[in-house]
Amino acid sequence: MSVDFSKEVDYVAALARLTLEPEEKKRMAGQLSDILDTARRIRELDTEGVEPTSHVINLQPVLRDDETRPSLTLNRVLQNAPRRQRDFFRVPSITANRQPEGAGE
Amino acid sequence: MKLYEQTAAQLSRLLQKKEVSSVEVVQSFLDRIEMVEPYVKSFITHTPAMALDMASSADSRRLNGEEMNPLAGVPIAVKDNISTAGLRTTCASRVLENYIPPYDATVIRALREAGMPLLGKTNMDEFAMGSSTENSAFYPTRNPWDLGRVPGGSSGGSAVAVSTGMAPLALGSDTGGSIRQPAALCGLTGLRPTYGRVSRYGLIAFASSLDQIGPLALTAEDSALLMNVIAGHDPLDSTSLPEAGPDYASGFDGNVKRLRIGVIRENVSDHFDPEVTSAVLKAIALLKEHGAIIDEVSLPLTDYGLSAYYLIAPSEASSNLGRYDGVRYGFNAGGDNIEEMFSRTRGRGFGPEVKRRIMIGTYALSAGYYDAYYLQAMKVRTLIRRDYESAFRRFDILIGATTPAPAFKIGEKTSEPLQMYLSDICNITDSLAGLPSLSVPCGINTDGLPLGMQLTASPLNDSLLLKVAGFLEQKRDPLPLRPVVKLPEGGVI
Repeated sequence: MSVDFSKEVDYVAALARLTLEPEEKKRMAGQLSDILDTARRIRELDTEGVEPTSHVINLQPVLRDDETRPSLTLNRVLQNAPRRQRDFFRVPSITANRQPEGAGE
Repeated sequence: MKLYEQTAAQLSRLLQKKEVSSVEVVQSFLDRIEMVEPYVKSFITHTPAMALDMASSADSRRLNGEEMNPLAGVPIAVKDNISTAGLRTTCASRVLENYIPPYDATVIRALREAGMPLLGKTNMDEFAMGSSTENSAFYPTRNPWDLGRVPGGSSGGSAVAVSTGMAPLALGSDTGGSIRQPAALCGLTGLRPTYGRVSRYGLIAFASSLDQIGPLALTAEDSALLMNVIAGHDPLDSTSLPEAGPDYASGFDGNVKRLRIGVIRENVSDHFDPEVTSAVLKAIALLKEHGAIIDEVSLPLTDYGLSAYYLIAPSEASSNLGRYDGVRYGFNAGGDNIEEMFSRTRGRGFGPEVKRRIMIGTYALSAGYYDAYYLQAMKVRTLIRRDYESAFRRFDILIGATTPAPAFKIGEKTSEPLQMYLSDICNITDSLAGLPSLSVPCGINTDGLPLGMQLTASPLNDSLLLKVAGFLEQKRDPLPLRPVVKLPEGGVI
């Protein structure tokens, strides 16, 4: 039984914040169905009572002393910003569909 | 013999005896890069001026009588997903095409402290997702043993740089085979260290529970010398193991008497290319002749391992790659509101394979599917670990082929992602179990392509793998260290 991924593509792309072109969606639906058919094989295995492994080593919380120490300067933190306004990353409006005009770069 | 033809260990000896300077060594590799690089395209960024500067500083430190690492003055190439302060680090992606890291990865700091000049940043599959280096957003890298074939991936640029004498050593990263598979396809020794042995601080994340940095080199000894530089505890990486590493370069004169070797039935298979299988069997016979105890072992979950890997790695990737939203760094496609900016930036910035993996991962983690896919995959991961634990009660190392076949042709698998994924079938389960695993050359096929054999040990036994690989190098029929590159216009380099 194969997973028909074509119905899922739009939903998953929206969750993943990916704009896909129509041809891209079509191609991807077929490829992802094939990949997921292979991936689904793990459901054949009986894992009743088996603990999941999320990490292969026993991760203990790694803490350091709560002391201040130098960190990157603001300029270095912002050096790769695609859009910067003074000491901030600049983004379009997050509360409305329109961005106010006139804010300087 | 020209300097660029030497192994790292040979260069180290020449430098320590002050018979050559690091500047001379680096210049020899830079000249070689100029000659070979146009045919293979190993690098994304070249750093000749920086390499010469670092070489000259290594030379003066040595002349001043400073005690230095044996690799001081020996140059290196580094995969372009390892952060270099002030130097573009792209992950072979349009998304990070102009990204300048504000800090060094811990391994880069270790190379700088050891006095190893950086020759450049190497090509790879975008965000290390791929097995052929064809998924680079910039250009594919070519296999120097046959320019019509792929070098493997995702660390293909690093492998080719070493294989062609453009660098004596390189760093790669291995999530599900990305060091070992290109090592096998290019005739090199490639080590995926025990998970947590080499710091991942500054390695741009793909799948955090699987990613490891490791060496690509001409010999086991060269790999060991580089492990001595990069292995150890790092407080900046919360998954770094607390123990200090051993001296990886000692004990190379040993033997394999009474070493218990398990031959993995699934990885020495009738379904594989017959020349691969016969080369592996020949190496096993050699070990037996020298006193190793050989028996067969089955790891029946290998096929399920591939399925589990292609849920776990994309799930982690879909989370790790959430950060490329056009706000703090990287490509930004603009938009009228922030949602639109996120989606356009990611849709236009990422290449097809990265998008596929993000989609699979997002799906496997989404409500309603999490238990059936991601959680089940993590449980299968536990079963795979148990299989290895019981195998390592009987054996010191496990052996099989590194790849089912030698290097495939450029374009052969690009339209069929699943076929591409299957080229890593032998490399996936030990990644899931966090084990050290190494590929060592074991032959050349009738087309003149290199073949690789994979050795796997229990956690923290990386040095045992290097010693067995070193032993095989000594005892087997000699193999060419490097290809003679046949140029399309005729002639060789």
